[in-house]
Amino acid sequence: MTFPADQAGAGPDYSGPAPAAVPSSGAMADTADTADTADTADTKWILETRGITKRFGAVEALSNVNFHVAAGQVTALLGDNGAGKSTLIKCLAGIWEPEEGQTLWDGNPVRIRGPKVATGLGIETVYQDLALCDNLDIVQNMFLGRELTSSRLLDEDSMEKQARRTLAELSVTTVRSIRQAVGSLSGGQRQAVAVAKAVMQNARMVIMDEPTAALGVAQTAMVLDLIRTLRSRGIAVVVISHNLNDVFQVADRIAVLYLGRLAVEAPVSAFDQQSAVYAITTGRFDATAVGA
Amino acid sequence: MTRFSETSTDNGAAPTPDPEVVTSLLDPATTAESIGDYVRAWGVRIRNGESGMLPVVLGLVVIVVIFQSQKSVFLSAGNLTNLFIQSATFILLGMAEVFVLLLGEIDLSIGYVGGVAGVVTVATAAPPGNHPWWVAIIAGLVVSTLIGILQGLVVTRLRVPSFVVTLAGLLGWEGMLIFLADREGGTNGGGTIRLSNSILLDLVNGNLSVAAGWVLLVVGVAGFAAFLLLRDRHRRAHSLVVPPFGLTIARIVAVAIAGFAVVAICNANRGRIVSHPVQGVPWVVLIVLGTFIAWTSLLGRTRFGRYVYAIGGNAEAARRAGINLGRIRTAAFALTGLTAGLAGVILTSQLGSISSNVDGGELVLYAVAAAVIGGTSLFGGRGKMLYAVVGGLVIATIANGMGLIGLSASAQYMVTALVLLAAASVDALARRNSTRNS
Ligand SMILES: Nc1ncnc2c1ncn2[C@@H]1O[C@H](COP(=O)(O)OP(=O)(O)O)[C@@H](O)[C@H]1O
Ligand SMILES: [Mg+2]
Repeated sequence: MTFPADQAGAGPDYSGPAPAAVPSSGAMADTADTADTADTADTKWILETRGITKRFGAVEALSNVNFHVAAGQVTALLGDNGAGKSTLIKCLAGIWEPEEGQTLWDGNPVRIRGPKVATGLGIETVYQDLALCDNLDIVQNMFLGRELTSSRLLDEDSMEKQARRTLAELSVTTVRSIRQAVGSLSGGQRQAVAVAKAVMQNARMVIMDEPTAALGVAQTAMVLDLIRTLRSRGIAVVVISHNLNDVFQVADRIAVLYLGRLAVEAPVSAFDQQSAVYAITTGRFDATAVGA
Repeated sequence: MTRFSETSTDNGAAPTPDPEVVTSLLDPATTAESIGDYVRAWGVRIRNGESGMLPVVLGLVVIVVIFQSQKSVFLSAGNLTNLFIQSATFILLGMAEVFVLLLGEIDLSIGYVGGVAGVVTVATAAPPGNHPWWVAIIAGLVVSTLIGILQGLVVTRLRVPSFVVTLAGLLGWEGMLIFLADREGGTNGGGTIRLSNSILLDLVNGNLSVAAGWVLLVVGVAGFAAFLLLRDRHRRAHSLVVPPFGLTIARIVAVAIAGFAVVAICNANRGRIVSHPVQGVPWVVLIVLGTFIAWTSLLGRTRFGRYVYAIGGNAEAARRAGINLGRIRTAAFALTGLTAGLAGVILTSQLGSISSNVDGGELVLYAVAAAVIGGTSLFGGRGKMLYAVVGGLVIATIANGMGLIGLSASAQYMVTALVLLAAASVDALARRNSTRNS
């Protein structure tokens, strides 16, 4: 897949290091806890969790999870229903706070106590339900909760300009009017608005929960393109998906959750469809199966 | 190349219409390129049940024609001015209700909250205090606003449904109204307190001079036109979304015609005694207009207003956007109380007194009906202050016309019920058609 020339380079705002080369590793470690050792030492983690645990009453939704997100790469988060994927990203988005463990952002320990803390760090989340207001228009949704004002009145002109610029940067060009109600958009367009909303706030990491689950083939392709555009702008993307085809199309790294544990995380080259399915369904990762 | 069209495909196949796009939600004002486009887009919207105010405006015309054919005095200047005055209470209460309806909440207490505000205002202006008129009004509005805040806090903090909280309010504030009216009006007897402050009486019963009415009309229309045209020009210069030029002109013309009609009607002599002409725009028209402009700006041009719509549209999305739902909801209930208080003051001025007989239950039902007839959704997220203005006019027109024809209260209630039902049904039927077709 190619990108327009003006998007081929890294995003202008991004000053982090270039994405680490993905090792084509046959030397995958075979135990889950050390799977990430396959990454080269100079892989730069924008986000890292160390042993985070989150309980809902008696249910341990996350147990001792060590999850890594590489700067400027697409990380796919896989797992069966109830594996804890949504819980993990909610911990990163500040919806929940884990009971145990530590989260590092740019290598520094942080406590993500609420959504505002997360967005303050540059973590933006696009939820499965998108969290858009159907009765508001595209601009209004993109700026919801952070409206621009001048002398206490909404500055619609500035907001519309900025929203238009962001949509153009993401090559979202065919919405009929930027002032149409979001309820009138198609699934793919709604996803685009939700992503644009996230990106507009100088996001450094965008989390997407099942962005293609409700979409048809053509719309899915658009969303995958959108993910690539984000990456080309130097933004780290964490994407939850049940569709392995999608995952193998866009992901640089794959992490698999199994019953709240991180079963494996490794560069995408360490997986094929079979080993990924095996990890998702059994929680085990068998490196020797790769390429066999 | 990422192209955000579901219809674009790699092999460049001809685009097909996207079935997921709900055209009815497209606002023609933002998507139309010309006035012709705009009219066509409206056609689509009406067929899809997004008819907005069209049915109610047509309904109003039908009602007016019927009444006029029955009683030729209906369209006389005197009666129409009277009708404007009668509609003020319904419009103000309807606007009060819009704040909470937009959130998907309801406030059943506003009739009696208005009554309490009326009593407080009258009592403050009366002996022994004899406070000036503005102190009296502020006192009444502060009380009604505090009541709104109290009810809002119970709704948001204790998470009791607003229907229940304000149903309790409906009973409780009626009790408070009776208590206050009996105490304050005790010497006069009958739980009725006369309003003696002449300025407070003039709120409804006083008129602008004829010249002042015309001047205000010219200034107001010119200001409105300048505002729209300059805004459009500025937005066009910055290549922002602009409504079609013809639409802006149509809006200005509509406002000019409506304004001219009101001023012309009110400026005609409606006095019965030849030597003593009664003419001029009643102050209350300006009070309602000012409230309408203020609340429309608040909803349309401030963060608070944006958040009200957001919460009504998708409360969870609003919460995740970091909006403090409790604070916005409580503020909306406060504004509902404030506006209801103003309605109470106006009602008191209109009646020249306030008594424990105020039927707050009927008033609140008319208020909800006014908002809903105009097109406000009971499920939140959709509605405008303008809807309450039109709905309030419809209700006042029915009451006024039926009274002229000499029909009984029983018939009035039933006709109002039918109009409300018809307005809601037109909407629901069209909506059902649109879902069946798609
Ligand atoms: N708010 C909640 N309250 C109680 N249990 C929850 C809550 N959210 C998730 N869980 C539980 O945590 C586990 C992981 O859920 P989740 O993170 O939603 O899984 P996934 O997104 O991978 O399907 C499940 O057992 C689920 O029932
Ligand atoms: Mg989930």
